[in-house]
Amino acid sequence: MSDAALSARGVVVRLGGTTVLDGVDVDVRRGEIVSLVGPNGAGKSTLLAVLAGDLSPAQGRVEVLGRSLDDWRLRELARERAVLTQEHHIAFPFPAQDVVRMGRSPWRGRPEEDDDQAVVTESMAATDVTHLAARPFGVLSGGEKGRTSFARILAQRTGVLLLDEPTAALDIGHQETVLARARHEAEQGAAVLVVLHDLSLAAAWSDRVVLLHGGRVAGEGAPGEVLTGPLLSEVYDHPVTVTAHPETGELLVLPDRRRRTPRPSASDLEVRA
Amino acid sequence: MPASGPADRTGSSPRPARLTRTTAFFVVLTVALVVAGLAAAGSGQLAIPFPQVVGSFLHHLGIDVGPMPTHPRGDDTLWTVRFPRVAMAMVVGAALAVAGTLMQGVFGNPLAEPSVVGVSAGAAVGAAAAIVFSLGFAGDWTTAVCAFVGGLFTTLVVYALARADGRTEVVTLVLTGIAVNAVAGALLAMLMFLGDTQAREQIVFWQLGSLNGSRWQYVGVVAPLALVGVVCALACARSLDLLSLGERSARHLGVNVEALRIFLIVVVALLTAAAVSFCGIVAFVGLIVPHLVRMVTGPGHRALLPASMLAGALVLVVADLGARTLVAYADLPLGMLTSLVGGPFFFWLLRRTRRSSGGWA
Repeated sequence: MSDAALSARGVVVRLGGTTVLDGVDVDVRRGEIVSLVGPNGAGKSTLLAVLAGDLSPAQGRVEVLGRSLDDWRLRELARERAVLTQEHHIAFPFPAQDVVRMGRSPWRGRPEEDDDQAVVTESMAATDVTHLAARPFGVLSGGEKGRTSFARILAQRTGVLLLDEPTAALDIGHQETVLARARHEAEQGAAVLVVLHDLSLAAAWSDRVVLLHGGRVAGEGAPGEVLTGPLLSEVYDHPVTVTAHPETGELLVLPDRRRRTPRPSASDLEVRA
Repeated sequence: MPASGPADRTGSSPRPARLTRTTAFFVVLTVALVVAGLAAAGSGQLAIPFPQVVGSFLHHLGIDVGPMPTHPRGDDTLWTVRFPRVAMAMVVGAALAVAGTLMQGVFGNPLAEPSVVGVSAGAAVGAAAAIVFSLGFAGDWTTAVCAFVGGLFTTLVVYALARADGRTEVVTLVLTGIAVNAVAGALLAMLMFLGDTQAREQIVFWQLGSLNGSRWQYVGVVAPLALVGVVCALACARSLDLLSLGERSARHLGVNVEALRIFLIVVVALLTAAAVSFCGIVAFVGLIVPHLVRMVTGPGHRALLPASMLAGALVLVVADLGARTLVAYADLPLGMLTSLVGGPFFFWLLRRTRRSSGGWA
């Protein structure tokens, strides 16, 4: 198909009579971070579910490392590809460290198993959850759960990473920690696909951006090409401006609040009263 | 959370403390099980002193140590009545506790248990049908086979009805249990109506649950079934850990979730059938035991499953001892005793689950 580590061609998904995805193509190559952005209901999570193999598309196909998803044995696939889902639920009170250790399970019975402890320790340090090791996962805060789950994904040591909103519920410092780590993984040769809501974060950290709108790809390319005021304003149905940071030159994506619906004036309120 | 580990929070090595504690727990359970088993065998209308029970036990193993029972019928009583009953208590307790642990793992819900969701009742319907219609197609195994079919069918029904979006909510599970128990109760009533006096009496026994009349012959049927179930369960221990992350995440970690679930459902039915076929419905053992064990070993199934097995065996040996000796010259129904303790415990667990998850999650 291509040299992409992860690729989808012509993906069509219909849920309950609605076409959620309508012929989507995505490629993620080794060494790059691709951001998947778009408004609510654009089909981002659905596309991620298709790419992860959780949802079978009505049409189209998905390949990981050049092999169709259906041809992979699950355990084998788990050594090549890790998925961070949005939901961080656990049925029993496993300590955070045990949860991270679960990421090592695909490597059981292989030589890499010897590295388990080192990998778990390193992954937990990388996401700043070492101090939570003995705490039950269920009682952690939303952000702590997110980082612990991310540590679990890292501990899987895979070359393909699918991250569904890894920065959700994280403070600004930890957002940077997590995306910097994703960047580090890409530099080591990983193919990273990340769903993001924060467009400035997408601009700062990704090599390419895929903008979804109504189940189709509305734009694809370098952040500077896709994340433009006119296109975003149309897709998000809200005025959006894109400017360069005065000092760093980084792209900043902000809602344009000058052009929003005016608030009711004092005289209107008087009339109503 | 009372189940949280020791205060070691260095992160680099919080394991050894729990490991030592778990090892100690296994030793305590094993010793307690042996002692309770021997003590239970010596108790009853014909009391046999503990050293003589040990002596008789060792002599039969070929070790000529310790005194033999002094009572003329002592040795005979031990080996034809008491030991098979104690052995049956151990096997049934182990099977129920492991079945409960598995169910909780499969449903991702700490309140799942064979009697709560109606699997025990379903198995009892199968067993009762075998009695009423005087089925004998598989000899001694007939009742067990029918109980297995009833239990398997019920488990599949509960699984199909109680799950939504890959999860089982507490409310759905409990309500499904009520519905399934109601239907199974009606079927049992119908079978009692159809059966003759003798069959009726036997069915009543099931509903109460009792180890009275345990024979080696029956232990020989139940034990292999329970053994197969326990071995299958232990083989799935790691996958069960991963399953607690939810279906999607477990699959992303290489677990074939669909196959695992179906396989474990069959194992649950097998274990429940093993317990129910001769001893009837002994409720709540599969709920209380794994819960208490989890507080000591943590939720990891590799320690939880074998520890629950031992603890389940211990609990039933003690409970049956109570059933036989609490009231002089009366053999209380075992199921009544476990429900008397288990009912309130279930209620407490229900309230705690609601509180800790901030709603009926």
